[in-house]
Amino acid sequence: MITADGLVKTFGSRTAVDGISFRVEPGEVLGFLGPNGAGKTTTMRMLAGFVPPTAGRAEICGFDIGEQPVAAKQKLGYLPEGAPSYGEMTPGDFLAFIGQVRGLSGDDFNRRLGDVVERLQLGGVLQQPIETLSKGFRRRVGLAQAILHDPPVLILDEPTDGLDPNQKHEVRELIQTMAPGKVIVISTHILEEVDAVCTRAIIIANGRIVADEEPATLIHRSRYHNAVTVRLERTADLPAVAADLRAIPGVREAEVDEHEFSVTAFPRDGASLLTTISSLATERRWPLEQLRLEAGRLDEVFRNITTGATGAT
Amino acid sequence: MAVIRSIARRELRSYFATPLAYVFIVIFLALTGLFTFYLGGFYERGQADLAPFFNFHPWLYLFLVPAIAMRLWAEERKSGSVELLMTLPVTLWQAVLAKFLAAWLFIAVALALTFPIWLTVNYLGEPDNGVIVAAYIGSLLMAGGFLAIGSCISAANRNQVVAFIITVVICFIFMLAGFPLVLDFFSGWLPGPLLDAVASLSFLTHFTAISKGVLDVRDVLYFLLVIGVWLVATTIVLDLRKAD
Repeated sequence: MITADGLVKTFGSRTAVDGISFRVEPGEVLGFLGPNGAGKTTTMRMLAGFVPPTAGRAEICGFDIGEQPVAAKQKLGYLPEGAPSYGEMTPGDFLAFIGQVRGLSGDDFNRRLGDVVERLQLGGVLQQPIETLSKGFRRRVGLAQAILHDPPVLILDEPTDGLDPNQKHEVRELIQTMAPGKVIVISTHILEEVDAVCTRAIIIANGRIVADEEPATLIHRSRYHNAVTVRLERTADLPAVAADLRAIPGVREAEVDEHEFSVTAFPRDGASLLTTISSLATERRWPLEQLRLEAGRLDEVFRNITTGATGAT
Repeated sequence: MAVIRSIARRELRSYFATPLAYVFIVIFLALTGLFTFYLGGFYERGQADLAPFFNFHPWLYLFLVPAIAMRLWAEERKSGSVELLMTLPVTLWQAVLAKFLAAWLFIAVALALTFPIWLTVNYLGEPDNGVIVAAYIGSLLMAGGFLAIGSCISAANRNQVVAFIITVVICFIFMLAGFPLVLDFFSGWLPGPLLDAVASLSFLTHFTAISKGVLDVRDVLYFLLVIGVWLVATTIVLDLRKAD
């Protein structure tokens, strides 16, 4: 379990983190979202005991990170931003070192090493110096280091940064398979990732929490939620279709996208539009290519929430 | 203790993973030889002792030890690995001590590799080997003092070159604290007892005393105290600056 209680961090006159409190229970995968410079990394560093908070406190599995740092850090696997490691070492030596410091030895260590090497597919590079590895491999070495001792709490700062789509997929699967029974906090600015792996999302902007919800609930905040998009053949008369859609009582607004050659109808008060629009399309013989119900767009929610908080446009 | 050993071992291996260790050892051995035979007049003196060898150690250390020390923390901070190290279940002083011990052990290895000169002097004459052992111990202690200063300066700087230069200057002041060069700076305004205190901080005075074969507890204690104080300072500096 992770408890953050009123965490504040100031650097000189700049407040990087401004009173962040939350609790994460085992089984939860918390996604930490926010624009660059919002305070994600600083918050994670405070949770991991690298940066002492200016005010507030944090607990890892009941151990105060400031007062019982060693006990707290034993429960924690942490991937720092950029996955730093010792470049001149090979992953094999590096993981052996981490194992020693974490008190793993003998069969215990070999079993854990075998497990993480297999999970992160490091078998082929164990004897190459880390500095000669690709960015993706270095990230995976960093992840291997974090999960080597099978910790109950994982804090991963941008675990999929620099990975290709296949590797991203693998890391997400890894997180999902580890999730039951563990507390996992990941930071990311890839929104699909939140949807894919997180059970809960916290959005921070300017050092404050501006949203703390399930990704599904978050997506409901999108104006696209329950909107219906009608994509038409190039021969269609878009303005006429848009006018027809606007005439439907439940439609608040219809937007034309010339590029995709489509019209999106936004519902009034969450009204359900799909059946109405579908029968209208048949009746008017629109040259339909696609009719789709929008779930909502996380990037739009993200933009609204974070820019709303800063007051910028 | 196991943690200190693990970190120290990792650190020591990293010296040998790069050319650093080999370059340092070769240059150290070449320079000690050069100084002993050419500047020290090892043969010309016609005495069976290693005074011309040890006399140049302070000057060699003045530049070579900061070269080892500069990377101790500056490199970890620059590459970001300090964040990894500090979020492992390790206390700050364990990390500081482990890294210091690794570097000190490395210098001890370099120093031990000067053994041919000891064999030479024993072959040529009958030196007082007790004096030589004392001088080796004194030399290692002095190197430790320089290293501890360098550790602290390295912790305060992200840039290794800056760390190197500042360390050399501070080591120079400490080395010559008992000599007019440094004392004249203080003598105008510092009261007598404090001036004596500054003078007593001189590395050179304490090292010379030991290298003459007088392994006085006070001289040994002096170096251990210097090492301790600068390592505590390293811990404090790191605690304040590690995340900057």
